[in-house]
Amino acid sequence: MSTSATTTRPVGTHRSPAGRLRQPRRAADTARQPRRSVPLTLLTGLVLLYALVPLVWLVINATKTQESLLNSFGLWFSGDFAFFDNIGDTLTYDDGIFTRWLLNTVLYVVLGAGGATFLAVMGGYALAKFDFPGRRAVFAVVIGAVAVPGTALAVPTFLMFSKMGLTNTPWAVIIPSLISPFGLYLMWVFTTEAVPTELLEAARIDGAGELRTFFRVVLPLLAPGIVTVSLFTMVATWNNYFLPLIMIKDPDWYPLTLGLNSWNAQASTVGGEAVFNLVIAGSLLTIVPLVAAFLLLQRYWQSGLAAGSVKE
Amino acid sequence: MMTTARPFIRGAGLACVLLLGLTACGSSGGGASDGGASPDDVRAALAEGGEITVWAWEPTLEQVVEDFEAEYPNVKVNLVNAGVNTTEYTALQNAISAGSGVPDVVHIEYYALSQFAISDSLTDLTSMGAADLEGAYAPRPWAAVHQGEGIHGLPMDFGPIALYYNQDVFDEHGIEVPTTWQEYVEAGRALHEADPDVYIGADTGDAPLSTSMIWQAGGRPYTVEGTEVTVDFTDAGSTAFAETWQQLVDDDLLAPITAWSDEWYQGLNDGSIATLVMGAWMPPNLESGVPDGAGSWRVAPAPQWEEGANASAEMGGSSLAIPSASDNKELAYAFLDYALAGDGVQTRVDAGAFPAATAILDSEEFLATEFAYFGGQRANEIFAESAANIREDWSWLPYQAYANSIFNDTVGQAYVSHTTFAEGLAAWQAESIEYGGQQGFDVRD
Repeated sequence: MSTSATTTRPVGTHRSPAGRLRQPRRAADTARQPRRSVPLTLLTGLVLLYALVPLVWLVINATKTQESLLNSFGLWFSGDFAFFDNIGDTLTYDDGIFTRWLLNTVLYVVLGAGGATFLAVMGGYALAKFDFPGRRAVFAVVIGAVAVPGTALAVPTFLMFSKMGLTNTPWAVIIPSLISPFGLYLMWVFTTEAVPTELLEAARIDGAGELRTFFRVVLPLLAPGIVTVSLFTMVATWNNYFLPLIMIKDPDWYPLTLGLNSWNAQASTVGGEAVFNLVIAGSLLTIVPLVAAFLLLQRYWQSGLAAGSVKE
Repeated sequence: MMTTARPFIRGAGLACVLLLGLTACGSSGGGASDGGASPDDVRAALAEGGEITVWAWEPTLEQVVEDFEAEYPNVKVNLVNAGVNTTEYTALQNAISAGSGVPDVVHIEYYALSQFAISDSLTDLTSMGAADLEGAYAPRPWAAVHQGEGIHGLPMDFGPIALYYNQDVFDEHGIEVPTTWQEYVEAGRALHEADPDVYIGADTGDAPLSTSMIWQAGGRPYTVEGTEVTVDFTDAGSTAFAETWQQLVDDDLLAPITAWSDEWYQGLNDGSIATLVMGAWMPPNLESGVPDGAGSWRVAPAPQWEEGANASAEMGGSSLAIPSASDNKELAYAFLDYALAGDGVQTRVDAGAFPAATAILDSEEFLATEFAYFGGQRANEIFAESAANIREDWSWLPYQAYANSIFNDTVGQAYVSHTTFAEGLAAWQAESIEYGGQQGFDVRD
């Protein structure tokens, strides 16, 4: 997912009308009206199906009672329409703990992913537009950090945090979430492309201080990149499972991922109550905010993806 | 996003301040001060009150905690479900290693007790009053909490095995409920021939089930004397299990469905899985997870390895223990005493638990309980009989949790490949021996 995302524009086409006139006919066609390809359409259809079937399954099964869940075909409706009962039960089961988990998750995302985005934007801007000793070393470290999966760091982080007495507190999830090497790298590359150095020079000549330049001039230019990075970090934090799993033992601080897992585990617990219907309704409720975020931020996201692919 | 940038600066700053502030206040570590307290100290701790944290996944404890807090208003009990079995043991091991976040009371199954006891991670409860509880529990669970010297937990529940079967499925095909394992194989064959969708059982390799079967057949694969351990799956009991299960798997008589999965519940609900071999703790799970089976299911004594015998074994069962790193042991013991030897026992039984306490196990009321789910059957009579017939002298490895974790890579192969059960058990034995040696035990076969 680099900023030089490929587009269907053939090499050599140019946006000026004069350029278009000189193009051979076919290239102009592909630029404006891509040819339809049956195999490609089929392949895309398959991929779309592959991506949507689980979602459809989830929506369909959220309407079933636990009995119908276990004795009906998964991809079609069956039995009583229990959708609203399921949602209601999910929100009230166990003294309404689900709502608490939802709020915890929102807290972790707002502070963790929000903070991660902000740090990535500041760091990316600094690395892209300021020359300072050790910049190459930072680059090497960041690239190295991208290669280390977060899960590998979870256990050492746990030991470190338990020495500080931070385990089993929200900070144990929020602080590690603040670090996003990939986000930093993305912002760095994006800033290099999106913020003309001339503009910064102009702002400085006009007497704006560094902070003011950053907030007033740079941030608006970076909007698409910021949205892209915040979506990434938001999804990562929202779906984070392993880190809270080892850090948090108190169900009152669980995020949704752990909460749903503990409900799912009830089915295999001696004396536990199987609540498959609530796990499914809860999973559906869990992805709603993510879907909403993607739909709302889509515009920025798309322009962010294509930024830098064309020389203006 | 952009307009909210300013508050984020404050948030990030706050996080750093907290981070710096807390580096200075590490935890006090977990030095063990074993035992030594007397029943008087326990009473004093209860009078004084305080706060304890209990890690347990047993749902019936919720009511017990509520009642306990009502009776002793100056005590606060934080009941935390830190995960089920191995998840919790890993978390406990992590907390003990890290020296912080160790609970005051922890839920440990009998098979895993010794691995924590052997590393001195659990408090010896003898002097606090556990010594007086001799006879308060059924012999097997009482034996299970004795690890070498000392009593390292109090029995909470235990799992004498029984056969749960779907009466309607057997009636439909006119098949008798099996009383021996050989009959079980034949019944499985008859059922599967009558209806190819129906299986007598479901198993894809389950360490607790296999060890229970070997135990019931008289096998004694593990012996433990201090740090001297033997692992031997070639005795008669283990061989009997291997031969019987080999037949079941060779003839595809077991549904290839893993216990406790969604698919498993589905099979139990629609009658395609006709029997279960489980501990006496199973009924509440059937009631909540297999609602369609209400009235169809019954309980019978587990099938026998020898015609006319009445041998039984245990499957599951757990204790509550007090980690050495707890700094509130007396109060923790007061809670243990209430929950497992006091009023809490009846509370748990009322919620569907199968207790280890003899006061309940022998009571008329308990034995006469009619289970609506089992069509009014007095299932506890069968469970109690099974409990009385559990074979003696079974030991678990001091690293049983690890051994169970490699079961599916070794014996589990017999379910999915041409590996035989005998070869699978041999592989399990070899790997268990190797691991034990690495852990500093003197292991032989």
